[in-house]
Amino acid sequence: MVLAVADIAPRSQMGFSLGWHIVLACLGVGLPALVLFAEWRGQRTGDPVYRLLARRWARALGVLFAVGAVSGTILSFEMGQLWSGLMDHYGSVIGLPFAIEGFAFFIEAIFLGIYLYGWDRLSPRAHLLAGVPIVVAGVLSAFFVVTANAWMNSPQGFVERDGKVVAVDPWKAIFNKATWPETTHMLLAAIMVTGFVTASVYAVAMLRGRHDAYHQLGLRLSLGLGALAAPVQVVVGDWAARYVADDQPIKLAAMEGLFHSGSHADLSIGGVYIGDSLRGALHIPSGLSLLVHFNPNGAITGLETVPPALRPPVAIVHFAFDTMVGIGFGLLALGAWFGWTAWRRHRLPRTRWFLRAVAVSGLAAVVAMEAGWIVTEVGRQPWVVYGLLKTSAAVNPAPGVGWGLPVLLAVYAVLTVVLVAVLRRMTRDTPVPVAPQEADADEYAVV
Amino acid sequence: MSVATALLVVIWCSVTAYALLAGADFGAGIWDLLAGSGPDGRRRRALMEHVIGPVWEANHVWLIFVLVLLWTCFPPVFSAVASTLWVPLMLVALGVIGRGAAFAFRKAVTHRAFGVTFAVSSLVTPLFLGAMAGAIASDRVPPGIAAGAVLGSWLNPSSLLTGALAVSACAFLAAAYLSGDAQRAASVDVEWFRRRALASGVLTGALSLAGLLVTRADAPALYHGLTHRAWPLVVASAVAGLAAGEDPAEALRAARALHAYEIAFWESLADGLA
Repeated sequence: MVLAVADIAPRSQMGFSLGWHIVLACLGVGLPALVLFAEWRGQRTGDPVYRLLARRWARALGVLFAVGAVSGTILSFEMGQLWSGLMDHYGSVIGLPFAIEGFAFFIEAIFLGIYLYGWDRLSPRAHLLAGVPIVVAGVLSAFFVVTANAWMNSPQGFVERDGKVVAVDPWKAIFNKATWPETTHMLLAAIMVTGFVTASVYAVAMLRGRHDAYHQLGLRLSLGLGALAAPVQVVVGDWAARYVADDQPIKLAAMEGLFHSGSHADLSIGGVYIGDSLRGALHIPSGLSLLVHFNPNGAITGLETVPPALRPPVAIVHFAFDTMVGIGFGLLALGAWFGWTAWRRHRLPRTRWFLRAVAVSGLAAVVAMEAGWIVTEVGRQPWVVYGLLKTSAAVNPAPGVGWGLPVLLAVYAVLTVVLVAVLRRMTRDTPVPVAPQEADADEYAVV
Repeated sequence: MSVATALLVVIWCSVTAYALLAGADFGAGIWDLLAGSGPDGRRRRALMEHVIGPVWEANHVWLIFVLVLLWTCFPPVFSAVASTLWVPLMLVALGVIGRGAAFAFRKAVTHRAFGVTFAVSSLVTPLFLGAMAGAIASDRVPPGIAAGAVLGSWLNPSSLLTGALAVSACAFLAAAYLSGDAQRAASVDVEWFRRRALASGVLTGALSLAGLLVTRADAPALYHGLTHRAWPLVVASAVAGLAAGEDPAEALRAARALHAYEIAFWESLADGLA
């Protein structure tokens, strides 16, 4: 395990600002669908609780979108400010997905403006339709921006001569081998984060004794979304791991803490990776070979096959991977509990432990999603473009670049505190704009 | 016209769109800082918020578009600019964060700190964007990654003057837009904004003239470009500026003409890039 000290501050800065932005991006993908569903049900049933939920979620969406737009702009700056070497070499190859993402964002912003400002000015049907492009553009922008990351894992679509890119096929670059598993995995993660984070808000309120119809419905809708996505994510996660085994065997070895190559490779859960071996882990004999090849004799490549300088920091990758998978199965179980009770008994589970579990599920989903990104990003090290360009060669060598990290940490710490405070105060103090037929809906307060 | 020139034209159009649209947003933030206190100040701020509310920070899309085009079509230029000028770029980033977040928060919850952050970052962002443009135009960003001076490249007379020019141009644009908007809303603030449009217009003109003098001493190549190849544009900009002074109703049209100066500026910039 070799950590290049020179690039640790820029890597942390990029990781931190991406990790921060991605939480908002997840909500930007999932929340519009939730808002539209609530509004549509409200229009169909005339139920004021649905209408109030739609209004409240739309207001939160507005604030989250504006802050996400800003933290996303910062990322495009950092691409050059921190990773000048990457952009210098390959900027022309990965430009297209960013350009499309920009257009998708523009469309999203325009229709979100129409949606929020036109609520009482448009007909109900037109208003609902104005929300559809927000959902589509949100999904598209997430898709295209993740394809750029997929390309860093599985670079293709260009011709290089004497260290210079001389020809580019940007569509081939976008649709590389990592694209489908990675984007699907991420979009599902975004839906799960949205579902569980939103549900946790209502669970906290219900633990504080607010059991009215508004909170019940808010929890049911959002938890339902998360519970639907969780089992699909297990299958897609397996697909993504299979891709990694195929295309980036060293990353898979780091995820599993596997040093020696061979058949009958164990599936290792937990443990700490120190000095080329995994200690204290629970081993499932031949488990990894079975998962990857459906055959206990299947051969798996170990870390020993590459020199130490080309191995990622194994301990971090293995721990992050276990964290992600562990939380994923926990969320699957929570969703199943919720789904079973809803199906058989047409109500929520009565024990307070259910609400407590939902209350922490939001944070847990975010941690799992971040852990997944740590697996893919740290697991790709020491490469920034897999097998082609080292991270240490991509970083901006200008003096003082490392100072960006503490500055950004301080600013984002303040931003996080204020954002949470504003979202909380918004739901408590500010009356929601209420149309005449919804006059009775405003007596509910969240949290 | 070669492909490279065509792409430069697209980039240049996008930069102009960003300067006009986001510039007005920044300017509104600057006037927010100077709108005064009490009910007068509140009313003027409400008018400004009404004007920029629906567009939010969506105008940054132009800037992102420019960055993406630059790194896709001219990767060495992008990496040279972003690596040498990483400090002002970081300051612009902080300005963008402060402005966008504070504006969104202020719409949701009223608090003095949000207003101050919004206004100050509206001033800081065009200042450093302008300083970056000045650094490039005065030939202080050599090709290569981090090849230029990390501080000297943008902390110099030409760059800082360009930054100040950007700030005053934003203020002028916003005041001109806002006086028009106040007129439509039959607000009592028409005169207030009109006078500020005039004052900032005069300031912008003065800074432009000062810019010619400063570049003559500090950046001879840029001065040469402005006084030779681009002189008709410089003259057009001066005439438009004077016309705006004669008849404030023309201010909006003049606001567009003002960018003649900018055109001249960008032309020399494109020269530098080539």
